[in-house]
Amino acid sequence: MTEFEMKMNAAKKAVGLGKLSRRDFMSFAIASGMTIPAASMLFASAARAQPKQGGVFKAGIGHGQTTDSLDPATWSNGFTFSWGKSVMGAPLVQVNQKNEAVPHVAESFEPADGAKKWIFKIRKGITFHDGKTLTADDVVATINYHIGPDSKSPAKGVLSNLVSAKADGPDTVIFELSGGNADFPFLLTDYHLSMYPSEGGKIMWEKGIGAGPYVLKSFEPGVKLVGERNPNYFGTTYFDGIEVLSIIDVAARTNAYLSGEVHYIDRADVKTIDMVKSAPETELYNVSGFAHYTAPMHCDTAPFNDVNVRQAIKWAINRQDLVDKILYGYGSTGNDNPLSPSMKYAINAEPVYAYDPEKAKSLLKKAGLENLKVDLSASDAAFPGGVDAALLMAEHARAAGIEINVVREPNDSYWDNVWLKKPWGLCYWGGRPTADAFMSISLAADAAWNDTRWQNARFNELLVAARAETDEAKRQAMYAECQQLVHDDGGQIVLMFNNYVGALSTKIGHTEFNSDFDHDGGFMYERWWMA
Amino acid sequence: MHPVLKTVLQRLGLGLLTLFVVSVVIFASLELLPGGFAEAILGQGATPETVAAFNREIGLDRPAFVRYLEWIGGVLMGDFGYSYAGLGGSIKRSVSELIAPRLYNTFFLAAMTAIVAVPLSLLLGVLAALYRNSWYDRIVNSVTLTTIATPEFFIAYLLMFFFAIKNKWFYTLSTVSGSTDLWEHMYRAALPAITLTLVIVAHMMRMTRAALINLLASPYMEMAQLKGVPRREAIIKHALPNAWAPIATVIAFNLAYLVVGVVVVEVVYVYPGIGQLMVDAVSSRDMPVVQACALIFAATYILLNLSADIVSIITNPRLLHPK
Repeated sequence: MTEFEMKMNAAKKAVGLGKLSRRDFMSFAIASGMTIPAASMLFASAARAQPKQGGVFKAGIGHGQTTDSLDPATWSNGFTFSWGKSVMGAPLVQVNQKNEAVPHVAESFEPADGAKKWIFKIRKGITFHDGKTLTADDVVATINYHIGPDSKSPAKGVLSNLVSAKADGPDTVIFELSGGNADFPFLLTDYHLSMYPSEGGKIMWEKGIGAGPYVLKSFEPGVKLVGERNPNYFGTTYFDGIEVLSIIDVAARTNAYLSGEVHYIDRADVKTIDMVKSAPETELYNVSGFAHYTAPMHCDTAPFNDVNVRQAIKWAINRQDLVDKILYGYGSTGNDNPLSPSMKYAINAEPVYAYDPEKAKSLLKKAGLENLKVDLSASDAAFPGGVDAALLMAEHARAAGIEINVVREPNDSYWDNVWLKKPWGLCYWGGRPTADAFMSISLAADAAWNDTRWQNARFNELLVAARAETDEAKRQAMYAECQQLVHDDGGQIVLMFNNYVGALSTKIGHTEFNSDFDHDGGFMYERWWMA
Repeated sequence: MHPVLKTVLQRLGLGLLTLFVVSVVIFASLELLPGGFAEAILGQGATPETVAAFNREIGLDRPAFVRYLEWIGGVLMGDFGYSYAGLGGSIKRSVSELIAPRLYNTFFLAAMTAIVAVPLSLLLGVLAALYRNSWYDRIVNSVTLTTIATPEFFIAYLLMFFFAIKNKWFYTLSTVSGSTDLWEHMYRAALPAITLTLVIVAHMMRMTRAALINLLASPYMEMAQLKGVPRREAIIKHALPNAWAPIATVIAFNLAYLVVGVVVVEVVYVYPGIGQLMVDAVSSRDMPVVQACALIFAATYILLNLSADIVSIITNPRLLHPK
C-alpha cells in the first residue's frame, strides 16, 4: 500500500466514524489530485460504510400469503423464513458470510463422544420480548416442538438424527444424536429453529414473542409486517424499525422500488433489470448462492436406469444457453454437482458437462439405443421459466437424437403430484449450509426427498462415514468422492445456479452478503443499516 | 301481499337455496382438487409424516362429509369457523375476523369507484344519446371502448407509471390497514379506483346510450317530438324512465364485478381486498375461508340482481300488475 492509499483509508475511516467533515475530506482528496465529483462520491461511500443506528427499513418481498402464520413449523416462503433468522426469532447458531457456524443464542458449543453428543452453553441474560429470561428449558421445548411425534415441521427432516435434547442446568443443553455428525451446529441454523418462550415444555409462538432483534408490532398475513427494535436484543442491530410488505406482482414490486416506497425488493425481474439498474441511488443486489434448478431423473425407471442414458442426456443439454435465456445471465451453469462452488468441500468434478450432441449419441449407442424418446414434466412451479427451460432442453437434445416430449403440468399441485412421482421432471433446491445436510436430504438412499431414487452403495457408505469424520483432510477426500459419484452416476441434472437478484437503495448500508439464502441469508433486517 | 314484497321474499328464498348449492359445489370442488392444506403450506417440506401430523392437528383426517356437516352446522349458527392457518396454536384466526377488514377494503374501493363511475357513465350515456353521431359521441365511444378493451393490469401500470413514478402524485402501493385514516385510505385507493372506473364506464355508458336510442325510435317519442317537447326534455322525462330497467341491470352487473372480480387490480396495487384472500385460500385449500368468500360473492350477485329487478319493477308499473 502506498502512503497515499494509507492516508486515504484513514481518512475514509474517519469519515465513517463521523470524525472528518465532508469539507475536510474533500480538500484532502482534491489536494491529492482527485476530481471533485470523484471525491464527492468517495465521501458518500465512505460515510455509508460505517454502521449506525436509526431509521425504518422498508422491504418489498415477492412472497407472502394470507395463510402465513406465526407458527414456526409452517414457515416456508421468502416472507416468513427470515422471521426466525433476524426478525422476531433468534436461532442457537447463525451462519456468517464465510459460511461458518457461529454461536448466537448459544454462547459456545462442543462435540463429545465422536460428535454423537453436542454440548451447547446458552448465553446468559437473554430475555424474550415479554421480559422472560431465556433458559435451557426454552431451548429444549423449542427443539422438541420440531422433532416431536406430532411435529409437522420441515425441520423434523433436517434433525432426523437427533435423538434427544436435554437441559443440564439453566444454561446447558445436551443433544444426543443417533450417529456422529461433525456438522450438527449447522443444522441448528435452520430458519424454523428460532427460540421461543415455553411453559410446561410447550412453546408459545402465538404472539410472535421471541428473542430476536425486532418486537412484532403488527402482522397482517399476506400484506405487511411491522417490527420495532428490541431494546434488549443481545446481538447488534441498527434499524429502529422494519416494515416488510408482501408484493407478489413483480411489476408492482419494481414500481414500488422505483417510486421510493421501499428500500429493497427481492426477486427483481431480470428481463427488465436494466430499468432498475439505471434508477438513481441503486445498487443491484446480485448474489450467487447455493440455490439451483435441477431436472431429476428416476434412476430406477427405464430408460433412466441405464447410466449411459443418464450421461447421454447430461451431455445433450446446453446449460450455457439455459443460463443465458432463462436467467438472462444472472446465474452460472451447473455441472451435476448440487454443491455450489462457494460451499466448503465443493469440487468441480471432471469432466465438466458441456453441450456435446456427438458424445451423447455415442453414449446412447453404448446403451444399445439409436434414439430415445422421453417425457419431461415441466411447470413454472418448479422454477420461474421452467416450461421454457424444458422446451429449450428439448431443442438441444434433438441434435443428439433424443426426443424430449415436454409435458406441461399444472402449477397448483406440482409438488404433490409430479415431483418425486414422475420419472423426469424439474425441481429447485434452496440453500443448505453443509455438504452433509444437502446430500443427506436429497441424495441419500433413504431420504424422503431423494428425487432421483438413486441408490449408490458406495455413496451412502461415504456419506455416513464423512458425517462423523473429524479429520478435515479425510473428510475433504470423502466428500470429493461423493460429489464425483453424483456427477458421474447420479440422476440429478443440475442445470444452473440462479443468482439472487434484487434492487437495493444506496440509502442502505451493508457488509458482505451471505450466499446461503436470499435477503443476505435472511439476516438483512439485523445486519443492514440506514446510511 | 304487495307484488314487490312478494317478489323480494321469493327471490330471497331462492337465494338461500342458491347459497346452499354454491357451498356444496365449492366444497366438492375443493375436495376434488389434488393436494390439501398441509401439502400446500409445507410445499417441498411436505413429507408423508409431517403432512399426516398437520392433517391431524387441523382435523383434516376425518371424512369429507363430516367436515362439511360440521362446517354448515356452524354457519347456520352464524359461526364461519376458523382458518386452517394457525389452527394448531392457542390463538385461532376466525374466518370472520380474517374477512371483515378485507371485505371492508373491497367495499370501500367498490363504493369509491361506483360513486364516480355510475353517475359519470349515466351522464356520458345520456349526452351520447342526445348528441348521437356527433363528434362528442364518437370520441366518448372510442375512448371508453379503448379503456374497456385494454387489460386492467395494463391500465394500472400506465397510471402507475405516469402518476406515481414520473409524477409522484400518488402512491404505487395501496397497502392500507386498520389504522389507516379515511383520507389516507381514499388517497391510497385513488389509483385503483380510477383504474376500475376506466374499466367499467364503457359498459354502463354504452348500455345507457343504446337503451335510450332504442326508445327514441318508439311512437310515443315521435309524438313527444311532434307536440314540440324539446329533445333534451323528451329524453330525460319520457325516454329515461323507460330505460331504467336495462340500465339498472348493467349497473348491478358492474357493481357485482367491483366486489368479486377485481383481484388483478388488487394484486397490481397491493390492495388488501377480498379477491387476493380468496385466491390464496383456494391455492392453499383453506376450505373455511374459500367457502366464506364464495358465499359472500354469491350473496353479492343475488342481492344486486334482486335490486336491479326491483328497480325494473318499480319503474315499469306494468310489471306491478301482472295479468
